[in-house]
Amino acid sequence: MEKLTQLTSKTTVLPIDDVDTDQIIPARFLTTTTRDGIGKALFADWRFDAQGNEIKDFPLNAPDISDCKFLVAGRNFGCGSSREHAPWSLFDFGIRAVISSEIADIFRNNSLKNGLVPVIVDNDTHQWLLANPGAEVTVDVEARELRLPTGKSVTFPIDNFARHCILEGIDQTGYLMQNIDNIGQFENNRMWQP
Amino acid sequence: MGGKTLFDKVWDDHVVIPESEQTPAVFYIDLHIIHEVTTPQAFNMLRENKLPVRRPDLILATMDHSTPTVPINDLSVLDDPAISAPEPAKQIRQMIVNCEEFGIELHGFGDHHRGIVHVIGPEIGATQPGKTIVCGDSHSSTHGAFGALGFGIGTTEVGHVLATQCLLQRKAKSMAVNISGKLQPGVSAKDIILALIGKIGVDGGTGHVIEYRGETIRDLNMDERMTICNMSIEAGARAGMIAPDETTFAYMKGRDKAPQGKDWDTAVERWKGLKTDGDARFDKEVSLDISDLEPQVTFGTNPGMVVSISKPIPNINDLSFNKAIDYMQVKADQPMLGTKVDIVFIGSCTNSRMTDLQSVAKMLDGKKVASNVRMMIVPGSEALKVQAEAEGLHKIFTAAGAEWREAGCSMCLGMNSDKLGKGQLCVSTSNRNFEGRQGPGGRTVLASPETATASAIAGVIADPRDYI
Repeated sequence: MEKLTQLTSKTTVLPIDDVDTDQIIPARFLTTTTRDGIGKALFADWRFDAQGNEIKDFPLNAPDISDCKFLVAGRNFGCGSSREHAPWSLFDFGIRAVISSEIADIFRNNSLKNGLVPVIVDNDTHQWLLANPGAEVTVDVEARELRLPTGKSVTFPIDNFARHCILEGIDQTGYLMQNIDNIGQFENNRMWQP
Repeated sequence: MGGKTLFDKVWDDHVVIPESEQTPAVFYIDLHIIHEVTTPQAFNMLRENKLPVRRPDLILATMDHSTPTVPINDLSVLDDPAISAPEPAKQIRQMIVNCEEFGIELHGFGDHHRGIVHVIGPEIGATQPGKTIVCGDSHSSTHGAFGALGFGIGTTEVGHVLATQCLLQRKAKSMAVNISGKLQPGVSAKDIILALIGKIGVDGGTGHVIEYRGETIRDLNMDERMTICNMSIEAGARAGMIAPDETTFAYMKGRDKAPQGKDWDTAVERWKGLKTDGDARFDKEVSLDISDLEPQVTFGTNPGMVVSISKPIPNINDLSFNKAIDYMQVKADQPMLGTKVDIVFIGSCTNSRMTDLQSVAKMLDGKKVASNVRMMIVPGSEALKVQAEAEGLHKIFTAAGAEWREAGCSMCLGMNSDKLGKGQLCVSTSNRNFEGRQGPGGRTVLASPETATASAIAGVIADPRDYI
């Protein structure tokens, strides 16, 4: 996993509520057995028409999109399917943080395991971000803080352990493997066996 | 110290290392269900790290998502472009290789218990009260119908469970949904859960594990309870649970993987304790009286955009609402009733079980599917297909002009050959009406098997109460 301490970048804004993971990456792209090049499928049906041409006014097709590492989205982003292909495709496309007033549980969990930072902010901050696409903001994982160009800064919740893993660029499997003896003891001492 | 909820009890029973401020709990998983779509990258992770699968005996493996719903007597059938695209065919073959290499029993083609992950777990008796059950599929909440804790995980976590049989978890909050009242004829469990999502919203359960409670739930059979728990995720909930009772035990008894003989009696005694204590507190409570509930249909592009069949679509007029009704080509203040239908899909982990098929057959008996409608009926498993055919249901389906297909996820998610075309409208018994969910440009109306069947006969969205 890529390390991230803090990052300053422009935002791109998708002001739709309840964006589901079927939109982030439609199911027909889940037939891959790797993660290679998965960013191409990001928002495929919103970015491209049936002929494969870019839909000009879709935010992620803006000419300066490669300067935008943060996606500001409507409420309840990432609802629906558990497909980890959703954060994979966002990350591969170049997005490093998703900012919303609410982010769906499974998507949030999957994002944290891939160095994509889910940033949950209060309604006022959310409204400001939605109204100011292209704003240059800083996501500071170390300080758990989002800083706006207005000088305002807000803290965001992030699990201590997930934060540690993102700051150090380590994946979580290692921690589980360190506890393998405890897992064995648990299995041996259970009152019933599955 | 107050009493414990059902969720508390199952949670506490699986904590290997408790959570602290710095670290999540190491949490044990009793049953891991795997399929071809969300596992290949996890198996690659095992190979890269030279790790074995820790407990192949606690894995239930099958193929359902990208599999065609035509007979596959030989894998070479997958090379026919009319049956499967090359990528899903490759994924299916990779699943077979992965299971062989890591010593996992696979319920593949030709196996009596191949089918949709959340159908075969209960069917085979592997889904049991008090178990923790995960799958790389968000509808793992289905298993909560048995008093298990079932939830969906991503592929990284699939790798964690393969390697360690554990997950890193923070405990979710608890939410009680108290349901009262008796269902009217023509109204079903699907209508209950759609109405609930309409009431609390697609994020109403975010961060919570729901427990469905009350007299209505006690009166439901297991298929109906599974339909309700299945769609917990559509309200954003981590999981949905129902305390096990005599209905649960009667369903499970004698199934292949259920405890047998003396072990059965011991297990039932333990399972009887799996209920919320009288003095337990939930973080959130919601009540729903379904006495006057009508059949429900969705009008928009998420399951919370739902109306009673006799009522008009509301008029909300914000960006998300307008985008949804534009996509669906429907109008605010107009009813869904009478909207022309192209496809009717009976199937998915929500509504492809025996009582669903029986209910469809009862309504279709002696009737014809309207000439403008293609009706697909896809059983949830091979075993269900055999059972339905033993009851002669397939004869009713085909005589009415419906297609009777092989088990799989089929048209629920548009990643096998069963897809909606652009602009086509499908009345579907599945769980998601997201844009393009059933195929790019396709329009999905979620409904019960009864409403779907009435609509197939009428050729337009119809009220099942007029057809029973």
